[in-house]
Amino acid sequence: MKKNYGTAYAAPQALWLTVFFAAPLLIIIAYSFLKKGLYGGVELEFSLRAYTDMANPTLLRVALKTLWVSLAATVATILIALPCGYSVARSQNQAIRLFLVIVPFWTNFLVRIYAWIAILGNEGFLNQALRFLGFRPEGYQFLYNQGAVILVLVYMYLPYAILPLFSTIDKFDFTLLEAARDLGASRMQSYIKVMLPNIRGGVVTAVLFTFIPIFGAYAVPLLIGGKDSYMLGNVIADQVTKTRNWPLAAAISMTVTLITAIAVFLFALKKPKEHLEVADVDPASIGHDLLVSKVRVKTMHKKGGER
Amino acid sequence: MAASIHGTKPLRIAALFHARRIVRKSAKAAFRLIPKKAKASSIVFWVVIAFLFAPLFVLILYSFNASRSGEWAGFSLVWYKKLFLESPELWRAFKNSLAIALSSAAMATVLGTLAAVGTARYSFKLKSYVATMSFIPMILPEIVVGVSLLVFFAGIGLKLGMISVWIAHTTFNIPFVYLLVSARLEESDPTVVEAARDLGASELQTLFKVVIPMALPGVASAFLTAVTLSLEDFVITFFVSGPGATTLPLYIYSMIRFGLSPVVNALSAVMVAGTVLLVYPMRNFLKVFASN
Repeated sequence: MKKNYGTAYAAPQALWLTVFFAAPLLIIIAYSFLKKGLYGGVELEFSLRAYTDMANPTLLRVALKTLWVSLAATVATILIALPCGYSVARSQNQAIRLFLVIVPFWTNFLVRIYAWIAILGNEGFLNQALRFLGFRPEGYQFLYNQGAVILVLVYMYLPYAILPLFSTIDKFDFTLLEAARDLGASRMQSYIKVMLPNIRGGVVTAVLFTFIPIFGAYAVPLLIGGKDSYMLGNVIADQVTKTRNWPLAAAISMTVTLITAIAVFLFALKKPKEHLEVADVDPASIGHDLLVSKVRVKTMHKKGGER
Repeated sequence: MAASIHGTKPLRIAALFHARRIVRKSAKAAFRLIPKKAKASSIVFWVVIAFLFAPLFVLILYSFNASRSGEWAGFSLVWYKKLFLESPELWRAFKNSLAIALSSAAMATVLGTLAAVGTARYSFKLKSYVATMSFIPMILPEIVVGVSLLVFFAGIGLKLGMISVWIAHTTFNIPFVYLLVSARLEESDPTVVEAARDLGASELQTLFKVVIPMALPGVASAFLTAVTLSLEDFVITFFVSGPGATTLPLYIYSMIRFGLSPVVNALSAVMVAGTVLLVYPMRNFLKVFASN
């Protein structure tokens, strides 16, 4: 009978994550129900003040704007990424096309934001080019509005959507498309009714990869959008570092977490509809697929070598 | 010359016709560049690639601009000179980033690999707890992780600095290591391990001579992933960093806040080139990945 060393192996990691992940999260939950301290921090007194504070119109407007920007950016990203993923999957030289998607993806996050400032700024590339072509010499204000925020968010998260979509579409049996065409479906019908249900897992992954980080976005709205385009992430940061209202920051964090969790469960664990038999996906496996493909995306270029 | 063409009407018309022919010809030539069987999806793909690369090219172009402003004032390497010779703070930030990336990746790799080995080979009470705890950090928005760690560090009285950043980076790296190594162990043959035990190897001997060598590709890729995730992180680091622990992303951020900086252009160009040099040799592995 061999001895069971499982606990010994797992204990260090379990301990680390308990102390540095679970405990901080529990503290945040607790803080959201406490009274705000006079100079930052909290007082040990139960209060729902943070949650009632959240109901103020300014914050609600930010929350709605965050939801709208995240949804718009996610939808746009997925709609653009779908044909791209398809095109990479069907290409003769997938390696080159993947390489082209991965280079911007692996370029530093802040460098990519900075590039957009260099393009859209008042003295930026676009204004210089327009001036050169004889447009308004005083230039246009391209930065600091919601459109710019959505544009840059789409730019930042496109590869996150293309890669998982590519890897599911790559496994799709394309002869099914031909069969559908032979049976009289139009090209569009065959994509929507045959392919889409079959790549549902990839679409789910792509949506979550884009929606979750965009919903908690901090750097893009701050640097591209400015004060008027603040999203919930910026409000949390300001409450922590400037206003020092920690219970309120904690309460907003809890709300963001809750909405993210709802998105994951609604989206990843929803059973596919009955009539989509071809598409029958095991709902339990999607959560696992999601994790594996998330890791894959992050490690794509290294992962390949081992198999 | 130009005046004489524009001066007489018939010549102007002829010139116009000529221009139209040139336009038509070049349009046809451009059209020929698109392969005959090009699909709509392919066209979308190339437009998207242009969209993804355009900003990077603008940065590279600007990095060679002699002027500080957006206007082109001639080719110059002055910003590269500034970057490599006159930016000690930037290189200090780079060293901090590297130190934290390597040390946090090492710590996360040790913890994550051990846990993955444990959960792959045994079943025990903590198992589902370990799996759940490795799942949640990945789906949580970064800002929530950052804020909760900041509040936690303030609570236990840890001064923000290199140590707090190292702890934070190790924490967000662990789940990735755990999942990558687990995936690798799932593929390997469990009977080999049993054979080693049957032949009298001790638990430690089995671990170091059989299990870890088998999982090595997974462990290596987990370590490299952790290094890159750590080098890349901005949001979490922003909250848990303190004086003396400025990482490269934080340094770039502070430079961006002061407006456009040509040194950042040069740095960006170097980083883009570095990424290309890093990813290009791996393009064939991408294909291996793509085919399975």
